[in-house]
Amino acid sequence: MHVKILGSGCANCVNLEKATRQAVEELGLDATFEKVTDYADIAAYGIMRTPGLVVDEKVVLSGRVPTAGQVRDLLAAR
Amino acid sequence: MTTQVSPHRAATRRWVLLGAATLGWVAAYALNEVTWTWLYGTVLGLDITTGWPSMLHFFSYDTVKITLLLTGIIFIVTVLRSFMSIERTRALLGGRREGVGNVLAASLGVVTPFCSCSAVPAFIGFVSAGVPLGVTMSFLIASPLVNEVAIALLLGLFGIGPTLLYVCAGLVIAIVAGMVIGRLRLEGQVEPFVYETRLRGQVVDSTAGLSWDDRLAMGREEVASILRRIWPYLLVGIGLGAVIHGWAPADFFARYAGPDNPFAVLVAVAIGVPLYSNAAGILPLVDALYAKGMPMGTLLAFMMATVALSLPEMILLRRVLKPRLIATFAGVTAVGIVAVGYLFNAIL
Repeated sequence: MHVKILGSGCANCVNLEKATRQAVEELGLDATFEKVTDYADIAAYGIMRTPGLVVDEKVVLSGRVPTAGQVRDLLAAR
Repeated sequence: MTTQVSPHRAATRRWVLLGAATLGWVAAYALNEVTWTWLYGTVLGLDITTGWPSMLHFFSYDTVKITLLLTGIIFIVTVLRSFMSIERTRALLGGRREGVGNVLAASLGVVTPFCSCSAVPAFIGFVSAGVPLGVTMSFLIASPLVNEVAIALLLGLFGIGPTLLYVCAGLVIAIVAGMVIGRLRLEGQVEPFVYETRLRGQVVDSTAGLSWDDRLAMGREEVASILRRIWPYLLVGIGLGAVIHGWAPADFFARYAGPDNPFAVLVAVAIGVPLYSNAAGILPLVDALYAKGMPMGTLLAFMMATVALSLPEMILLRRVLKPRLIATFAGVTAVGIVAVGYLFNAIL
């Protein structure tokens, strides 16, 4: 599984990555993480509010920082 | 894992908690001033009408009052805004003509959940979806200018009249500035990659499928996140306000920056533009200056200049806008703010 954290490096992106790493660990998933900070790349995903969470090239969340539990539900529901 | 609670019980519990929080808020707001007066005046035996005890009393009272106002209004606004999203705003603005589009964009700028840290992706998202440049700019100007923190504090410190005046003035500035930028045909002043951006994948609506619990949780998180971000500005603003409240002679500012000084608004805007703060830091200061006789128009212009135009946001926007367009955006907005300041001073 490939996880992308979209955002220009504000506090929200750091918190999103933290929550996602925790969720991945709790689910025992094997995931690689990538940070996307370039605005053209972020916009190409159709995201207008950072931070954004992209899993295997699919946008699963944007515009808010979820809790680890919410990310776990999102990942488990895939 | 959550324990099994019937949905009905959970809903009752949620609304009872919300009701209790509302009652607590009202009680704290009502008892704020008398509590501090009692503590400093009766318990500590200080004369709170003059000198540093008066400043201390003002500082304590104002800090609690403003924190309560911010908590209440940010919470309500965030919950209401969870029914709106920037994706829906863009869909509403797509293909709009100038004029109608600018009015709609400025109004949506007020109600759409938005933070200036997302100005760049929002700009790209709007323009690449075919929203005209001038209409997009109306949105980007209105959004920080008429924000929930400013509305909360104006309402609490000055009442409904000046608040409505502020909101209307902010909307008019955003609408007119956007139309001017649209007329100037500055499309070539946008970095080319914006037009080349192609959207892949489907757009996710960030607010789809939220439950009441989600919306209330978002309200709580937003209050915490905004207070964490603005408290230093708030304390400095209230501190300066307390010093002005306690030390400056009653007509000091009226004499130098009162209605008789024709340059007061210009100077206020010139100071406000480079000053980087937010409404929370500026309004306590505005409140204290108003009490010392400075006119409302000059003060509102000062505040608008501070929140609408900031260097960090311009640097951020430089990624998508060329310098000439940034200068036009700042210039047109500043002229609008100056005009509003003079207008208010004339009619109030």
